[in-house]
Amino acid sequence: MASLIACPHCGPRPKEEFTVRGDAGITRPAPDAGEDAWHAYVYLRDNPRGRHKEHWHHTSGCRRWLVVERDTMTHAVYTVTDASAPGETA
Amino acid sequence: MRYSAFSVFLNALRGNKGWKPAWRSPVPKNHYDVIIIGGGGHGLATAYYLAKEFGVTNVAVLEKGYIGSGNVGRNTTIIRSNYLLQGNNPFYELSMKLWEGLEQDFNFNAMVSQRGVLNLFHSDAQRDAYTRRGNAMRLHGVDADLLDRNAVRQMLPFLDFDNARFPIQGALMQKRGGTVRHDAVAWGYARGADMRGVDIIQNCEVTGIRRENGRVVGVETSQGFIGCGKLALAAAGNSTTVADMVDMKLPIESHVLQAFVSEGLKPFIDNVVTFGAGHFYVSQSDKGGLVFGGDIDGYNSYAQRGNLATVEHVAEAGVAMIPALSRVRVLRSWGGVMDMSMDGSPIIDRTHIDNLYLNAGWCYGGFKATPASGFCYAHLIARNEPHETGRAFRLDRFARGRMIDEKGVGSQPNLH
Repeated sequence: MASLIACPHCGPRPKEEFTVRGDAGITRPAPDAGEDAWHAYVYLRDNPRGRHKEHWHHTSGCRRWLVVERDTMTHAVYTVTDASAPGETA
Repeated sequence: MRYSAFSVFLNALRGNKGWKPAWRSPVPKNHYDVIIIGGGGHGLATAYYLAKEFGVTNVAVLEKGYIGSGNVGRNTTIIRSNYLLQGNNPFYELSMKLWEGLEQDFNFNAMVSQRGVLNLFHSDAQRDAYTRRGNAMRLHGVDADLLDRNAVRQMLPFLDFDNARFPIQGALMQKRGGTVRHDAVAWGYARGADMRGVDIIQNCEVTGIRRENGRVVGVETSQGFIGCGKLALAAAGNSTTVADMVDMKLPIESHVLQAFVSEGLKPFIDNVVTFGAGHFYVSQSDKGGLVFGGDIDGYNSYAQRGNLATVEHVAEAGVAMIPALSRVRVLRSWGGVMDMSMDGSPIIDRTHIDNLYLNAGWCYGGFKATPASGFCYAHLIARNEPHETGRAFRLDRFARGRMIDEKGVGSQPNLH
């Protein structure tokens, strides 16, 4: 994992200020979406080797939830956006 | 060649010129009855038991690197069977029993050392939890001893018993737990499988899985196409990458776990000790180096290397448990890619494709499970039905609500 994460609100900050939650690529299904959809949401993961989007919380900073797109093979960080930004899943 | 004291003596007299490579480097055949993807501990153990116990010898193990380059050479070598839950305990106890007879079984010195594993506890609640675990172990026929503070102090006087935040109240001990030389496990299984006709093909990366009429017919590799009757996945941290080739989505995330070795010290830690309040465990190797580690870094990674923040965290926890560690210098650190499952327990099962089998989700408990995993997986592949101790490790347990969540943290892989 890269040493710095460029928070859109606070600028580049040490990774230790952030807490990782997990995969940001999954969307919560509708309550009546059925068992298969809920099973996939709760248990199945793409787990890519390469580009991957994750939710990180800037715990020791602005305390905003962020979507960090990074590479799971090289640990390079590509983009960091606020989780409430248009197009991101919350 | 069978290894024995006599063979060592004889070869010494002959200037040690009589030793041969422990396994061949064969050119892949066109077709095998069984192909195992992944030449790690589990893949090699599977091939070994397939050949030895189930009479299936037309087998190839395909390894993209070299034998011992993956997690079987990257762990902290600990074996134990101190599990609480029904689905786990008999399986890990089978593994422990196989460890106990392993060296005679595969005629290789794996340096199995049953030095005892102690899990420290620091509060009344933790004592209760460990009492319950110990009782569960005993009910399954596994040895467990609950030690009080004085008993632990006699064994491990160097611990910080009066730590202001986490005073040590006692420990749950499994005397039969211990360590094994991990490389020798890979080599012993590789040699034993090879002797029985298994082809171990190194530097052979699987790039695709060919299917016809809903069945697997073979694999595309960096050494060309190889046909097979049955295909068995044992790719550990890279399970998702291989499963993607057959459009199978797994309940697995890959995470990095770091481990460390210190400079060589005179013997002072006789057992394996885990810190019940922090992320730290330690043992001392026969060379004198302290072998220790903590928890996973917490983010998805295939990189086989981790972060300095985790290094610092592990070092802090270590010094909190054993203040004498503060002046020990770390010699090496490394990372391995863990196939973290959604309940912290493994999967040994058939898949949606008839002749494709899956062995994955070992989290960071894979090494101790190596013999039982190989045995149960070989049973499943050869007989097409699960071994009685591996029945709970089904792929569909998540959909059916039959999770085996030893830690009770739910479907959050980076917390297991």
